[in-house]
Amino acid sequence: MVLIALALMALDHRFYQLQTLRSVLATVAYPLQLAVDAPIRVGSRILDSFSRHEQLVLENRLLRSDLMELRARQLRFDALQAENDRLRALLHTSAQATERVEIAKLLAVDLDPFRQQIVINKGRLDGVYAGQPLINADGVIGQILTPNWTSSTALLISDPGHALPVIVARTGLRALAVGSGNPRRLNLRHVPPQEDIEEGDLLLTSGLGGRFPPDYPVARIVSVEHLPGQPFLVIAAEPLAALDRSREALLLWTDAPAPQPEAEERPDGRE
Amino acid sequence: MNPGMVIPVPVLLSLLAAFALTIVPLPGAIATARPEWVLLVLVYWGMAFPRRVGILVAFLAGLFLDVLQHQLLGQNALALAAAMFIVLQIYPRMRVYPLWQQAVVVAFLVGLTRFLNIWIQGATGFPPGNNLYWLPVLTSALLWPVVYHILRDARRRWLLHLT
Repeated sequence: MVLIALALMALDHRFYQLQTLRSVLATVAYPLQLAVDAPIRVGSRILDSFSRHEQLVLENRLLRSDLMELRARQLRFDALQAENDRLRALLHTSAQATERVEIAKLLAVDLDPFRQQIVINKGRLDGVYAGQPLINADGVIGQILTPNWTSSTALLISDPGHALPVIVARTGLRALAVGSGNPRRLNLRHVPPQEDIEEGDLLLTSGLGGRFPPDYPVARIVSVEHLPGQPFLVIAAEPLAALDRSREALLLWTDAPAPQPEAEERPDGRE
Repeated sequence: MNPGMVIPVPVLLSLLAAFALTIVPLPGAIATARPEWVLLVLVYWGMAFPRRVGILVAFLAGLFLDVLQHQLLGQNALALAAAMFIVLQIYPRMRVYPLWQQAVVVAFLVGLTRFLNIWIQGATGFPPGNNLYWLPVLTSALLWPVVYHILRDARRRWLLHLT
């Protein structure tokens, strides 16, 4: 039994063959996760139905004005997108990848409290693949770790095993945002002290890792410290998306070339 | 498997409940103190029916737990099987221990599984660098009397005829 366990762990850690076993077991586990999730969802729905009429009217009005504003912006966006494509064609550079999003719900289940992982209700049947980026309305959340048939496990950007290539929006400085285990904190590694970076700078995905499309907002820098004697700055950033509070996430499909088999390895490995 | 060794339905149901309790979302502060429900339930049934609920059951339950918590396949399976092995060695003595002494044994078993887990996580790269990791040892031991009474009542009501 011990040997079987050790063999399983070695296989699971080193290779990808156990995916099917894991998928089968996870499909069995899915009803259980749904059963745990259901009462909580029903509870919040009941609370919703008790919220007051005026409140709903107010919220509705706010949402409507938001929608109008976004629509208006979208009008200009379409025109700009077309213009951008035309200019890119003139310059003979590749057109920007078009993207498709789909909403996934987060299941209210806890995983290991020392890893930052979530379960969503979309799986391989919906076209989810390993390494797929996961965002919400505020910014990047994480990426898919293992897709199962009807659900998937995703790794948040704040997991200590997750590293995300980012650029500073103001200066274009490239850096690596590594999770810290705390959902409100990312650490920027290997930024030398002479670089121009300051509090409040916005971090965007750089698209260099090949997983995330470029230019999605990730985090804002909250502190930059230079400890004398240390070769690099100690930089902390706060993710824009509320990683520990969101109930929904957007799955992102890009029509960029599919990731190479080499890149298909365990997505939680540091790059 | 001969008919005398079948795992009774209440045992399976209690294990299912333990799995559910393992993934029920808790507020962040007490999520780390979540007791090892699956181990508690397994220990009780291992003590009550050592010939039905043995190492194989513990191993399979651990495998399921690995998938549920998305950990390395076999990590919890190994830990739970090891704990169950110890239970099977000492169950005649455990049965006559007073409750608090059983709780001490349970704390030891939880500590063992946590230790095996942290060892494997360390070997594969992501050890939880936090002393709160050991909190379930305490909470599991404290909750052992509750689990014990619930499962004993269940056994007396439905499974008195079994050994």
